[in-house]
Amino acid sequence: MDKLLQVKDLRVSFNTYAGEVKAVRGVNFELDRGETLAFVGESGCGKTVTAKAILRLHQPPFAIIKEGTEIIFDGQDVMKMDKKELQHFRGNECSMIFQDPMTSLNPTMTCGKQIMEGLILHRNMSKQEARKEAIEMLRLVKIPDPEKRVDEYPHQMSGGMRQRVMIAIALACQPQLLIADEPTTALDVTIQAQIMELLREMKEKLHVAIILVTHDLGVVANFADRVQIMYAGQVVERGTASEIFYNSQHPYTWALLSSAPRLATETKQELYALGGTPPDLLLPLECCPFAARCEYCMQICREQMPEETVLSDTHKISCWLQHPEAPKVKSFYERQAKSNG
Amino acid sequence: MLKFILKRLGYMLITIFCIATVTFFLMRSIPGDPLASIAQTLPEQTRANYYAKYGLDQPLFVQYLSYMKNLVRLDFGDSIVHPGRSVSAVIAETSPVSGIVGLPALFIGLVLGVIFGIIAALFKNKWPDYVVMVIAILGITIPVFVLAALLQYFFAVKLHWLPTSGWGEVRHMIIPIIVLSFGTIATYARYIKSSMLDTLGQDYILTARVKGLSETAIIRRHVLRNSILPAVTLLSARIVGIFTGSFVIERMFAIPGIGFYYIDSINNYDYSMTMGLTIFYGALFVISQIVVDIVYVLIDPRIRLGGGSR
Repeated sequence: MDKLLQVKDLRVSFNTYAGEVKAVRGVNFELDRGETLAFVGESGCGKTVTAKAILRLHQPPFAIIKEGTEIIFDGQDVMKMDKKELQHFRGNECSMIFQDPMTSLNPTMTCGKQIMEGLILHRNMSKQEARKEAIEMLRLVKIPDPEKRVDEYPHQMSGGMRQRVMIAIALACQPQLLIADEPTTALDVTIQAQIMELLREMKEKLHVAIILVTHDLGVVANFADRVQIMYAGQVVERGTASEIFYNSQHPYTWALLSSAPRLATETKQELYALGGTPPDLLLPLECCPFAARCEYCMQICREQMPEETVLSDTHKISCWLQHPEAPKVKSFYERQAKSNG
Repeated sequence: MLKFILKRLGYMLITIFCIATVTFFLMRSIPGDPLASIAQTLPEQTRANYYAKYGLDQPLFVQYLSYMKNLVRLDFGDSIVHPGRSVSAVIAETSPVSGIVGLPALFIGLVLGVIFGIIAALFKNKWPDYVVMVIAILGITIPVFVLAALLQYFFAVKLHWLPTSGWGEVRHMIIPIIVLSFGTIATYARYIKSSMLDTLGQDYILTARVKGLSETAIIRRHVLRNSILPAVTLLSARIVGIFTGSFVIERMFAIPGIGFYYIDSINNYDYSMTMGLTIFYGALFVISQIVVDIVYVLIDPRIRLGGGSR
């Protein structure tokens, strides 16, 4: 079976008063059926913009997916879909949940009706059938007393429950791909764990592929099959979860990893903080975007964009340090091991 | 719900008491009195009799007490200037006339205002938006009497389609209704437009889009209700606006409505009439606010009355 999703040379720009902001600059990736891929990076590095582009949620003329972008979902060209096909694609084959469950639900419509909408539209269900299915969906996402909750409004539920309702809405029509855009950022820590657990369960029960957008590496570690690290609208390093966590090669990935607190370290270490900010996406980028903040920055880094180097079938990286003539620098782990003793 | 309504009615009585008191003393503080013009020519004794008849010879506070006593029994008294006509009868007679002009104007204003607002939001920064916004700005800035005079000039004097003024037939009402509805159209068009643009930017609209709903379904099912809800608050002001706005209009078009009498009564120092009409307006305003609050509860699930939250 071929890939579920193939994205080639995705470019998204925003037209602002200041000029064209190139938010995503040539992102390529693929996704297998049932696979979980995480987009990781700082705020403003194009994770969400990339995710939204898959569903073509950007509203022209303000936000434009550039010519030449290819998004192939299950053999269909998403970029060439007309209005009807796009509506069929959204919700039915690919769905999305958002960061803030407090604002992502319509406040004046019952939760049940919001779940039913998609079912009536895509599954041609009658109202009664859809209602029954909505109750089942609420049960599936573990909302207690679903027969009663189905008629409640979002304001009658807690944040965690609302996110569950969002998941129920997104999965109601059994899409093949669920895009979760920072699904736990707005929730408190205990609820975060519950929501991630629920997503994991849904993944196994419904065999849905998931694209998880997050800046929290802790969330990624035991959830994603593959990870791609994004910076300034580009993928700088990609690999399986273990390749990223145990064998990362890009200085930016190192910086992200060392900014996360670790329980395992014995010595009390100060948490690493990466200085500076990502580059201004209004300006053209001809060199490595991370050069200005990189500890290992070389002459070439400021002059030319690095090519993607293949380390293994799954592990790829865009960094001049991979060039045969580049000096061998100690990786993050070796350095940490050294500093620990 | 019942408790809420009773509570609000209680507040309403307090409000009306305050309005009555303030109006009473304000009216009396204006120099002159209702009998001043006729009393000048009368002999001393007759004049005193007249004053005694209406209780105007009593100290102010005694007059106030006796007025309040009557008010409790819902007795507004008789008109001083037009002997033999009770204030209640005048209200009963003239308010339907104002309503016949005011309610269609309110209805037309609401419907067109909401429609124009929706059009302006959907075609933001395109020509329909500009047209609606020009109409809205004109509607808010042009005083009603200027608009009334313009329409009278064109439709009555130039085109001879409609009469300039008068009362009794449908054709008499057309220009006044247009003039009165204009302000409502303008207010609502602007309000609904900004409210809709606000709603369109909400996260739940994105959720609806992700579901695969068509743009029309999104507007119909998710945007409209959430945009029109806040506009309900404006309604109570507009209901009363129809009547207060009609002061000038009823004068200009010689419509025997309540506003016509109101101004008349103030000019003539007709104490009892002014008091009665003011209290009527006050009650109307408070009641329309209660009604709007109840309507709000019926259409917005987030609002619960009387602090009965879960």
